[in-house]
Amino acid sequence: MATNPHDWLNEHGDYLYRFALARLRDPHQAEDVVQETLLAAIKNPNFAEQSSPRTWLTGILKHKIIDCMRKQIRETPVTELLSEEDANMDEFFDDTGHWAEKPQAWGIPHDALQQKQFLKVLQQCMERLPQKLAAIFTMRDVDDMDNEEICKELEITTTNAWVMLYRARMGLRKCLEIHW
Amino acid sequence: MLNCKQTSLLVSQSLDRPLTWRERLAVRIHLLICVYCRRFTQQLKLIRRHMYAWQQQAAESQDIELPLAAKERIAQQLDKFY
Repeated sequence: MATNPHDWLNEHGDYLYRFALARLRDPHQAEDVVQETLLAAIKNPNFAEQSSPRTWLTGILKHKIIDCMRKQIRETPVTELLSEEDANMDEFFDDTGHWAEKPQAWGIPHDALQQKQFLKVLQQCMERLPQKLAAIFTMRDVDDMDNEEICKELEITTTNAWVMLYRARMGLRKCLEIHW
Repeated sequence: MLNCKQTSLLVSQSLDRPLTWRERLAVRIHLLICVYCRRFTQQLKLIRRHMYAWQQQAAESQDIELPLAAKERIAQQLDKFY
C-alpha cells in the first residue's frame, strides 16, 4: 500500500482532480484543493486500516472543497444569496403561479445504455448550474448532508439553503427536460 | 389551495426537511389534481437517485487528467513537507 505522498499523487491525483473539478468547475481551485488534501494527508497519515487510501483521501478532499465554497460564499454580497422573497422564479411560473412551461412526461432510464445517456445529460446540466447552487446541491443530494450541517459548513441561513436547493433542482430539472 | 409555484417549493423542501402535517396535506391535495406537479415530484426524485452515480462518473471518467504542470507544482509542494 502506497504511503508515499508522491505515490498518492500519481495513483489518485487524476481521480481527486476530476472529483474536485466536477464540484468546483474551476481548474485552479480544483488544483488547490487537491494540493491541500495531499498536504493534510502528510500531516495526518494514520488513515483507518479498513478504508482504502482513495476513500480516505476523498474524505479529506470533500472537506477542502467545502472550505473553498465557504470562502467564496463569504465573499458573496448578502444581496446575492437567495432568500424566499427574492428567489425570482419568473422563468418557471406565470403571474398566477402556474407552470410557464408544463413539466412533460420523461422516459425512465431502464437499461444500462439509457442510464449512461441519462448520466451524460445530467453531467452537462450540472455544469450549467451556477457554481454555488451546484455545490450546495451536491452536498445535499450526493453527500446526504442534512440542512443543519450544510448551513453550519457554509455559514448560510436555513432559508438561504432551502431556496438555493430549490433553485438548483428547478434549473437542473428544466435542463434535463430539454436535453433528456 | 396551493398553486403550482407554492407546491413545487414545498415538494423541493420535502426532500430537505420534514414538512408539517398541514403542508403535507396541502401538497397531497394539489398533487391529486395536478399531473404537472406529480411529474415534477417524480422527476426530482429521479434526479436525486442518480446524483451519486453522477459523482462517480465524473470522478472516474478518463477524459480529464490533472494537468502535468499542476502535477509538478503539487509535487514540489509535497517535497517541502515530506
